[in-house]
Amino acid sequence: MARQPPERDNAPAVQKLRLRYAKRGRLRFTSHRDIQRALERALRRAGVPMAYSSGFTPHPKISYAGAAAMGAASEAEYLEISVTERLDPDRVRAALDAALPPGLDVVDVVEAAPGALADVLQASEWAIQLPDVSAGQAGDAVAALMAKGEVEVERMMKSGPRRFDARGPIVRLAADSGQTTSGAPCAILRLVVRHATPAVRPDDVLTALRQVAGLTPPVPPLVTRLAQGPLDPESGTVADPLAADRASVDDAVAANPHPR
Amino acid sequence: MSAEPMTTVAAAGAADTVESVFPQLEALLPLVQKPIQYVGGELNAVSKPWQSTTVRWALMYPDAYEVGVPNQGVQILYEVLNEQPDVLAERTYAVWSDLETLMRQHDVPQFTVDAHRPVGAFDVFGLSFATELGYTNMLTALDLAGIPLQAGERGDEHPIVLAGGHAAFNPEPIADFIDAAVIGDGEQAALEITALIRDFKAEGSPGGREQLLMRLAQTGGVYVPAFYDVEYHDDGRIKRVIPSRPGVPWRVSKHTVTDLDAWPYPKKPLVPLAESVHERASVEIFRGCTRGCRFCQAGMITRPVRERSITGIGEMVEQSLQATGFEEVGLLSLSSADHSEIKEVAKGLADRYEGTNTSLSLPSTRVDAFNIDLANELSRSGRRSGLTFAPEGGSERIRKVINKMVTEDDLIRTVTTAYGNGWRQVKLYFMCGLPTETDDDVLQIAELAREVIKTGREVAGRKDIRCTVSIGGFVPKPHTPFQWAAQLDHETTDARLMKLRNVIRDDRQFGKSIGFRYHDGKPGIVEGLLSRGDRRVGRVIEAVWRDGGRFDGWSEHFSFERWMRCADQALADLPVDVDWFTTREREFSEVLPWDHLDSGLDKDWLWEDWQDSLNEVEVDDCRWTPCFDCGVCPQMGTDIEIGPTGKQLLPLTAIGAGAEALRG
Repeated sequence: MARQPPERDNAPAVQKLRLRYAKRGRLRFTSHRDIQRALERALRRAGVPMAYSSGFTPHPKISYAGAAAMGAASEAEYLEISVTERLDPDRVRAALDAALPPGLDVVDVVEAAPGALADVLQASEWAIQLPDVSAGQAGDAVAALMAKGEVEVERMMKSGPRRFDARGPIVRLAADSGQTTSGAPCAILRLVVRHATPAVRPDDVLTALRQVAGLTPPVPPLVTRLAQGPLDPESGTVADPLAADRASVDDAVAANPHPR
Repeated sequence: MSAEPMTTVAAAGAADTVESVFPQLEALLPLVQKPIQYVGGELNAVSKPWQSTTVRWALMYPDAYEVGVPNQGVQILYEVLNEQPDVLAERTYAVWSDLETLMRQHDVPQFTVDAHRPVGAFDVFGLSFATELGYTNMLTALDLAGIPLQAGERGDEHPIVLAGGHAAFNPEPIADFIDAAVIGDGEQAALEITALIRDFKAEGSPGGREQLLMRLAQTGGVYVPAFYDVEYHDDGRIKRVIPSRPGVPWRVSKHTVTDLDAWPYPKKPLVPLAESVHERASVEIFRGCTRGCRFCQAGMITRPVRERSITGIGEMVEQSLQATGFEEVGLLSLSSADHSEIKEVAKGLADRYEGTNTSLSLPSTRVDAFNIDLANELSRSGRRSGLTFAPEGGSERIRKVINKMVTEDDLIRTVTTAYGNGWRQVKLYFMCGLPTETDDDVLQIAELAREVIKTGREVAGRKDIRCTVSIGGFVPKPHTPFQWAAQLDHETTDARLMKLRNVIRDDRQFGKSIGFRYHDGKPGIVEGLLSRGDRRVGRVIEAVWRDGGRFDGWSEHFSFERWMRCADQALADLPVDVDWFTTREREFSEVLPWDHLDSGLDKDWLWEDWQDSLNEVEVDDCRWTPCFDCGVCPQMGTDIEIGPTGKQLLPLTAIGAGAEALRG
């Protein structure tokens, strides 16, 4: 005999919002679960009227798009929330940002257009800072990797070690010279990678660079996701994934200029 | 909130006289497990410029961050101290061995998580010991901080190492490593110590460290072990403990905060990013307990009962929820259903938070049918938590010995109500190794559990109900009537637990519905050594630590073999050993290592209560029967502070600090 979950008169969702947030500085060491908890609490603190799932343990309705790994900073993480009353996205952005600890920063909020967020998050652009590596060294390694058609790497997954091609999904990879936060010269890799299964991450690309060209950074690299969104295959650039949502809201405002 | 790039941290450090070690630490973090626990940045954490303050505290809970960060004691002191404009308090926790190794390789000192300042730079290094199993972690922290392990080797440049918390009621095993200990409530004491240090520094620190410790000792409320000499009999017993210099009091008193409503802390609980053991806000609804359970050190040393008022509780709950966004608030105390207005508190809070997915919980409740009504009330607004009761002893007889005044009928009635109200699972806590206990007392736990399931199946009308029996070894503690008792050896403890397990497992009718969880007896022996040990145990702690002992509260890190081996070596030239400290019964005339620390309890009363225990005589609660002369109120100049106030909680509007800003 199965237990029946208690009846709850949870208010229905009337609006879906898409959020872009950044994970900066020391908060790049948060895991995805850490961020989930922090976000749920911030939503409560900010008084955002969340829609809840039903069942024994109701959860606020939040869906996360592929999150950057622990240790990687990001300027472009995305998620969707469902709320039970219509809200001004800008106010939600300010209120939620104020309720989150510094370093988890809400950058943008828009009302969601129809269609799945995951469908527009096709590729990512990354910056990989390599302290104590020269741009020349890095450039040689990049050239060696890009000359290959396929480079198989291995990564430890929850299910055990898994081998996959790290070269195929790379759309663009270039080495530049730059500076670390303390002002020391270093190499900076710019990477555009198509989202595949499993997702090829910057550390997989670094593994491939080590395998192909023996590039071994002496200090752990500082990795930052700069953008996520639709991929323009011609230019190899990543566009704003919320552009379509913004356009559809503009259309709605044009049709009905005085909501509420 | 705007971002806080690393450069600001470094820049702020540069303006200080004390640099942040974060830049060095940051390079190590990608190499360790769960680095988030070392970065700080929690919601409601405080940071202050070093130069703007005069008295600086580094507060440590000597266990892993996930255990330490929810600790109420540290959070209260952190907030109380930081509210003083010229005082800085930062937190530090035990680092795991992966980071410890890297810190040693790269010369990174023990750091605070708030501004990553080196612990060695603070005026006071305060450690809160909820359990004795944090002692080895203290040594790691001292060593990483560059502070000499032995108090006698420290100079003016080192912080005052100050111990507090329940374990500090017998600080003798760590007397070599600490400069001072404070017993009792910390909030007022920390401010008094701060004021004393502020004055001392303003005068130009005359006489240095020695004089500062002298000033602290002269207050009568701070114990400085170095100012006391311990003399021993040839057989190993203590002959006497005497002040080694004039002006040092013979006994040191515990601190008692009165009027809890005047101390509504923490006002802004810390919200960690990393997962911690208690993912909730906590509001202490009263302090102290006079139920008189004879095994319970907390109940003995925190007397008298001081209640927070219903309105004070209401304000703290609301403030905590606003400040944190937690989904659960725990109403803490040693026996939460005993609050004089708990029914009104539960109803008032349940009304306030109905429909907000906010859960309220009463973590410590007695076996009392009334508590089911409370649990029902509290689960109205959120998730229904499990029900846990602690009969502690399996037989009627042993419950009289320990003064846990609960009958089997009480228990059956309570769980019947629980199963009848839709609960499917009830957890029962017991202890093994209580004074005078026999196999039969413990085996009656199985009888009790069977009866619980049998009755439960009848009232629930179904078979899928469960009862979990959780049982651990009893450790006699200082300042309790059992402070003289022999601890049961771990072999007998384990044998008894196995017999109980087998009886439950072999029960065809009910066994499958009864869960059995137990802790083996070995860690209890080490806890017993550290609880009732004297200064001679310090060398054992140091030997264990030098041998690699860390995180003794974690079964995967605890090594009984190491503790016994190190104890054998360290105590070899003394007439005492581990058994002497643990399984030996003491006599009334013996000087106990903690006798010069005054918890307010009259030693004669404790002894009488010990004799009553052996005669299976129960003692009632002084809240609703006349005073039984435990001694605390007259000795400490305190009194019971309880309601009812007759006040009610008024409804509130929607929760969420930003709710108005959101809607304009």
